[in-house]
Amino acid sequence: MTHKHKDGGHVLHVGTLARVEGEGAMHIEYRDGEVADVQLRIYEPPRFYEAFLRGRSYTEPPDITARICGICPVAYQMSSCWAIEDACGVAVTPEIQALRRLLYCGEWIESHALHVYLLHAPDFLGYDGAVEMAADHPAVVERGLRLKKAGNRLMEVVGGRSVHPVNVRIGGFYRFPSREELRGIRPDLERALEDSLETVRLVAGFEFPDFEQPYEYLALRPETGYPIESGSVVTTSGASFDVRDFATRIEEVHVAHSNALHSRLDGGVRGPYSVGPLARYTLNADRLCPIAREAATAAGLGATCRNPFRSIIVRAVELVEACHEALRIIDGWTGDGDASVPVPARAGEGYGASEAPRGVLFHRYVLDGSGIIQDAQIVPPTSQNQPSVEADLRSMVGAWADLDEHALQHRCEHAIRNYDPCISCATHFLDLTVERT
Amino acid sequence: MTSNPQGNNLQTSSRPRRPKLAVWKFASCDGCQLTVLNCEDELIPLAGAVEIAYFPEATRAVVEGPYDVSLVEGSITTPDDLERIQQVRRVSRRLITIGACATSGGIQALRNFADVAEFRSVVYAHPEYVATLDRSTPIAAHVPVDFELRGCPIDKHQLLELLAAELQGRTPRIATHSVCVECKRRGNVCVTVAHGTPCLGPVTQAGCGALCPTFSRGCYGCFGPQDTPNTRSLADRLAVHGMSEPEVMRVFRTFNAASEAFLRESERHEPTTGSLEQGER
Repeated sequence: MTHKHKDGGHVLHVGTLARVEGEGAMHIEYRDGEVADVQLRIYEPPRFYEAFLRGRSYTEPPDITARICGICPVAYQMSSCWAIEDACGVAVTPEIQALRRLLYCGEWIESHALHVYLLHAPDFLGYDGAVEMAADHPAVVERGLRLKKAGNRLMEVVGGRSVHPVNVRIGGFYRFPSREELRGIRPDLERALEDSLETVRLVAGFEFPDFEQPYEYLALRPETGYPIESGSVVTTSGASFDVRDFATRIEEVHVAHSNALHSRLDGGVRGPYSVGPLARYTLNADRLCPIAREAATAAGLGATCRNPFRSIIVRAVELVEACHEALRIIDGWTGDGDASVPVPARAGEGYGASEAPRGVLFHRYVLDGSGIIQDAQIVPPTSQNQPSVEADLRSMVGAWADLDEHALQHRCEHAIRNYDPCISCATHFLDLTVERT
Repeated sequence: MTSNPQGNNLQTSSRPRRPKLAVWKFASCDGCQLTVLNCEDELIPLAGAVEIAYFPEATRAVVEGPYDVSLVEGSITTPDDLERIQQVRRVSRRLITIGACATSGGIQALRNFADVAEFRSVVYAHPEYVATLDRSTPIAAHVPVDFELRGCPIDKHQLLELLAAELQGRTPRIATHSVCVECKRRGNVCVTVAHGTPCLGPVTQAGCGALCPTFSRGCYGCFGPQDTPNTRSLADRLAVHGMSEPEVMRVFRTFNAASEAFLRESERHEPTTGSLEQGER
């Protein structure tokens, strides 16, 4: 929808952004052919998680914060577990950490397959959605659904169900799956690995606009392997810090047009920073398994990727990584040892972070001596990416000023979907308004 | 946008056209509408049996209403949404609510027990930018609802049964008995009897397949109260198994905190100083 502004400016407004998770709108104002303002308006209603977590028990955040997002509940469960275990001074066993990583692989497969095939591919292939796309590309949509199903099945076997898994607790799991249960899903994951490699080939053939952005990237980097369930923080400006320092390095700012807080790194001196697949890949490409690295090279990805439209290729490469990693963990799984370690309550502050499919998700909790939560802070990836999304739109809309309204709106939506925004998470996103002369 | 009319098929042969399906979102996590997309084997056949006319999470295409079936996710928490749910009702022949947020107010109904102005200032530096109501309420508190599908999240098999029943014009086979029945049927050993683990199974509606007890944990009530829940008796058992009064209050005060039976039981275990809200309901 567009309308003329009273001073001769022009507005483009998209009321409900489609194929994103949650509710948001986009508002772009032009004056004298120049972009005057770009806002992602997040009108997803606030649910006040950080407020009602106060007074709850330290055992509850994995179940409660999972409900922030139905697409990435495991991310919330894992970041909250790390943070509370940090506050209580407890470390989990290597088996528990391996099973956390396996469950998380399931979420990456489910979430990336959803985004690549159902939400993002229709932009590149020219359809309104995957169902419409299925009429002309049935094999493509079937592959996407098969991949998504494999991720969901993995989550069901490890976590009980794919939306809000029930098997995660502070200290580990309620029960370990048996070797046989995990081996049972091996054939699906082998097929998923093949499907992921085919996905990389498919998306590498899409057309991408020439568009590069200089943002600082921020991602986790673990001691070994690609960052999924844990790691410490690294950035492309060379910064490197412990998860415990995120609260002092990352500042949350409340802007009028959004129910999601914006994030700034080191006071915003180096401009917006960005998290997610592009950041993870740029900072950790050396950590990909050989098959994923070969697929990335064959798809034309170099050591870094700075074109947000090509994030779909990186997601596909990460699908390969997640399937391969899941198979590796399953093959090494014995099911021996206790499914959880005891976590006695103690007063303290704890920090946790993990790589949600959309980027780093930080949690911080302050507990009293009996384990009651005194303060909670949650910094989701979409809040961190919101300034980059707005900066992308600002640079792109200028170049696309000659497009008709309909085409411009579609391009802008596509640019927003590059980030796989999760508005439910961020409000804890999108309606498009463009104003121009 | 095209609507491919006359795409009639087998499952709806008695109907002159495919019924129009709409999916709406209010305050929620997206998990219940994601459950529609999680029907991987059924999604394409479903899109053949119904016309997916409005489903922003899945498609940009919008077919104008009225709609034959509307699935509504989420609870009412903002002044705008009070208006929007009335519009949704007006354009929907059948309105079905899906999930704990839509059927009971969801986890965000924890604000109902607190001062929302204080909540807003805990999360937001500029509370004045945020428009919100002081209570989170289920859809049925505002408009007539034709069927409520429970769960946090809903169960995929129950959703498919419900949609099939809608297409066939029959009553859906959705049990309203307790999780205990499902648990026995599954052959689980009772976690409470055998291990003393506190469990809300006896008062919680079935539908999940007794997932938590199958994973050696007590049910935490995410499907809300079953049709005849004896919460008081269960609360006594929870105390016997070592739960303190605040713990009993919290266990009834999660994803279905504002559902009548769980609300009343949680209020019985409030600290005496904190019972100011009781008279309000």
